[in-house]
Amino acid sequence: MAYSEKVIDHYENPRNVGGFDKNDPTVATGMVGAPACGDVMKLQLKVGENGIIEDAKFKTYGCGSAIASSSLVTEWVKGKTLDEATTIKNTDIAEELALPPVKIHCSILAEDAIKAAVADYKKKNA
Amino acid sequence: MNYFSLFNLPETLTLDTQALASSYQTLQKLTHPDKFATASAQDRRIAMQKNAQVNDGYSVLKHPLTRAQHLLSLRGLTIDNEQHTLGDPEFLMQQMEWRETLEEIGSDENALEQMQDDIQALIRDKLTALDAMFEEDGSDNEDIANEIRKLTFIYKFSAQVEAQLDKLDDF
Repeated sequence: MAYSEKVIDHYENPRNVGGFDKNDPTVATGMVGAPACGDVMKLQLKVGENGIIEDAKFKTYGCGSAIASSSLVTEWVKGKTLDEATTIKNTDIAEELALPPVKIHCSILAEDAIKAAVADYKKKNA
Repeated sequence: MNYFSLFNLPETLTLDTQALASSYQTLQKLTHPDKFATASAQDRRIAMQKNAQVNDGYSVLKHPLTRAQHLLSLRGLTIDNEQHTLGDPEFLMQQMEWRETLEEIGSDENALEQMQDDIQALIRDKLTALDAMFEEDGSDNEDIANEIRKLTFIYKFSAQVEAQLDKLDDF
């Protein structure tokens, strides 16, 4: 199966790889995994006082599509509020990266990572 | 399709793999297309379908992970090829740490072998626990499914460690 150019670009030059201190109250951490393939994804958002996502980092152990999906998401969420970030749909990710049907679960994983991170932040700051 | 009954084996996770292999050989011979070379087109087609079922069943029952998935599907919950996302932060954090450790270990053969031994021991424990869940009355299918999902990550990691060890052998 051939990867699209955008997937290859994100895979070869992943944006925002790394992480923040998960105990920092301004950091939202989303940990998700895809049992279908065993991929593991960590997405972290640094949230400013105004509730806007100032920075995002990811670490993904998985296939090229999973890495590309999480890399893309770190770019998309920056500058958004948490609520805006949760409106990002897996179909948007899949479309942007031209993911084939067998790789749709990678985009679902990235969407769920955002939701998990936002839930983590709300729990921390409740 | 119940592959356990196809192979005439008890519906358990702890399967006698020798019994499976011998049952497979018998069924494979009985349904082999060569045997039906002179049969009618319809009989040939039926034999081919049977033969494919036998091969599919064998590959499902052979591996504990797919065997567990099959057992669960016989209990009414199908989870193979699901798009479900696992959101168990503690478990996933541990999986992430394992993968980071693997990167650090790199090509240290002893450390890799130790790691593989540890994983295999953990897999054995997990399979024993899973077997108990299957045998116990009143086990919840979703609980079983979650344990199987976790095993997917552990098996995948084990394969990665194995691949790393194989790479060392190539030099």
